[in-house]
Amino acid sequence: MIKRSFIGLAKPRLEYELLEDIQPELVRVPTAKKVTLFLDSPFDPYIKRENDLLKIGDKVKTGQKLQLTGDSGAYVISTVTGTISSITSFISDLGRKQTAISIEAATEEAIDETFANQSKQPGIKNLLAFLEGAPGNPNLKFFSGTEKTIGTIAILGADKDLLPVTNQYFVKSKTDAIKSGIRVLKELTGVANIVIVVPQSLMQAAGATGVQVKVVDSQYPAALPLMVMKDVLGQVVPAGKTCEDLGVCFLSAEAVASIGSAYESGQLPISKTFTLIKKDGGKILVSARIGTSVKDVFDACNIAVKDNDRIIFGGIMTGSSAYSEELPVKSDTDAIIIQDSEEIPLTTDYPCINCGDCIRICPANMPVNMLVRLLEASQYEEAVDNYDLDSCVECGLCSYVCVSRIPIFQYIRMAKKELARIKTAEATNE
Amino acid sequence: MSNQKKFIVSHAPFWLDGSRISIRSYNLMIAALPALLFGIAQYGMPAIGVITLAISSAIIWEYLWDVITKQAVTIGDGNAAVIGLLFGMLLPATAPWWFVIIGTFIAVIIGKQIYGGIGANAFNPVLVAIAILMLSWKYVFNFDGMLLNYDFNFLAVYPLAALKHFGVSGIESFNMGDLLMGQQIGGIGTGFGLGLIIGGAYLIIRGYIRWEISASFIVGMFITAMLFNLSDSARFAGPLVHLFTGYTLIGIFFLATEDSSSPVNFIPMLIYGAGAGVLTVLIRNIGVYVDGVVFAILAMNLVSPLLDMIRPKAIGKVV
Ligand code: SF4
Ligand code: SF4
Repeated sequence: MIKRSFIGLAKPRLEYELLEDIQPELVRVPTAKKVTLFLDSPFDPYIKRENDLLKIGDKVKTGQKLQLTGDSGAYVISTVTGTISSITSFISDLGRKQTAISIEAATEEAIDETFANQSKQPGIKNLLAFLEGAPGNPNLKFFSGTEKTIGTIAILGADKDLLPVTNQYFVKSKTDAIKSGIRVLKELTGVANIVIVVPQSLMQAAGATGVQVKVVDSQYPAALPLMVMKDVLGQVVPAGKTCEDLGVCFLSAEAVASIGSAYESGQLPISKTFTLIKKDGGKILVSARIGTSVKDVFDACNIAVKDNDRIIFGGIMTGSSAYSEELPVKSDTDAIIIQDSEEIPLTTDYPCINCGDCIRICPANMPVNMLVRLLEASQYEEAVDNYDLDSCVECGLCSYVCVSRIPIFQYIRMAKKELARIKTAEATNE
Repeated sequence: MSNQKKFIVSHAPFWLDGSRISIRSYNLMIAALPALLFGIAQYGMPAIGVITLAISSAIIWEYLWDVITKQAVTIGDGNAAVIGLLFGMLLPATAPWWFVIIGTFIAVIIGKQIYGGIGANAFNPVLVAIAILMLSWKYVFNFDGMLLNYDFNFLAVYPLAALKHFGVSGIESFNMGDLLMGQQIGGIGTGFGLGLIIGGAYLIIRGYIRWEISASFIVGMFITAMLFNLSDSARFAGPLVHLFTGYTLIGIFFLATEDSSSPVNFIPMLIYGAGAGVLTVLIRNIGVYVDGVVFAILAMNLVSPLLDMIRPKAIGKVV
């Protein structure tokens, strides 16, 4: 853990972790006995489910597209061959209602050929119909044509959060796959303007992809999309808007590589690559099928965890902690971090003392000290109207420096979620 | 499910930079040590008595409040101790015991807890107590009277009082170096200018107080004092006299910089500090009080929330 330095006058600097020059070896986790996949639509166990396309006991193949009902359009790609053993409701950490589908893997693997047959056809349809949940979680819904128009695709070859090096790994070692991904994207989406954003050290490797290379600063939170928009692409996203509103779609390097290799080989990629950060800070790059439980990953890497440790999905600053080893690797799991119980900072329930450290570190110039007071009182609307809540780039630095150790960042995320909920509720009422 | 491991589940970020309120408090107290020890050397046992009584009574008041209002006991954060310490440092070494206890009661209970506790006080609790006491028991702050029985090897008159009553000629015998080195009477911890400056510099470097407030305080005071001095140099003392006497230096580094009652944005901090500096000199030169620091800072505390509305535009904000 990085501690406050003796000289507290200067703001703390948090540098991104860079991929070392030595190529790290990729540890492959063997196919698990059971995988759990999440379908992005709610599951209500109490209604009659005769028309469901999936039932417990169904046999599925690797690469098969799984849909629960035809109408929601939500799907996942099975990452193993086997039998569906359970379908349950699941609530993700930010309160999204999802469906968890568990599959017991069979010993023999069989590959579903649907994508291989259809991928030859032109048009964007197949890209949307098969690769939305691909490793790296490509943000493809903006290309469906009905919504917003995208003029630029920004490939993020840097890692958004502090410790992972996953995307850098892809830029460095999967340049060919990224290259074919770029070709596919150009062809299918018609977007001509594609840039790749990388840290200084990867400029050369990124140059090999043939698209314009932009360099992002090495200090957190420079690689968060909203910060990249402002400092690298020179477009400030207005408060409350998204990058896509301005016509820029961010895709991770891994997502582009997934698209590339899917179209190159005719097989849907099913393994997620992520950085596993051990208690001593050591990093391993791991590849596991999406849906593999964290426990299986730990077993494969000989990692022991004990009670009161902390397991984090994603980065140190913005990730989420897991309550169980049974939770699976998802398509957007860029890192799994294990913190020893000794290393976990204690929090307090102190009020804000108005020290102003959060104000000085906030990259978005937010009046964080005022926000805290409003959010603690659940005055969300006021927070948006007068205290710039929607300008927050969600970096978590305010919580990181807070002397009172207030979970400001959590308040902000909850407030944003709540506001979004109110907004949709209002929209449907009209 | 019994063989499942139990993990700690909490919110991002999963690193914190390790700062906490108690560390802040201890550093404030460490920074106050040079000036405090000097004061104790100068005034002896009575000074030790006042300081220990002030710190302990402040802690006890806070403890009692916590118990009576059924809150978690907060004395561990050191904030009450800091309040007691700073309050004690402003008093003459001969302040009576009941006075100290009433003072810390006002500071901790009325100045801080009634507002809602740490972070919610609109005014600096120490100054609230001093201001109320000054109005009620004025004689305790008459340092010349209170310290009559001491024998010093320097001129034992309170410089600001001399200045008020006799003009610049009243303080002619003081030289700036001596004042800086604490060769003057005053509060227990307010006389040793050099010690306060060292403590302040430490706090600024460690990031526990903001240089913007201290620096602009000095500048504001300097310019105002200089203008007065230029207009009538027989009546109004020069800027250094103002800087090295009374509560000025402890005010600049330890009182005006209190977190809760001072602004947090850059420009507001500058205005706040400068305002306190200007007001201090105005009160001293044309007001009725001998020293102006207490009321100057309290006045700026009052406008601090307003000042803090001047803030940089958040990114992406169009209006
Ligand atoms: S998370 Fe905190 S520091 Fe980061 S942009 Fe939002 S308010 Fe500012
Ligand atoms: S860092 Fe924490 S205590 Fe300090 S002003 Fe911000 S919210 Fe308040």
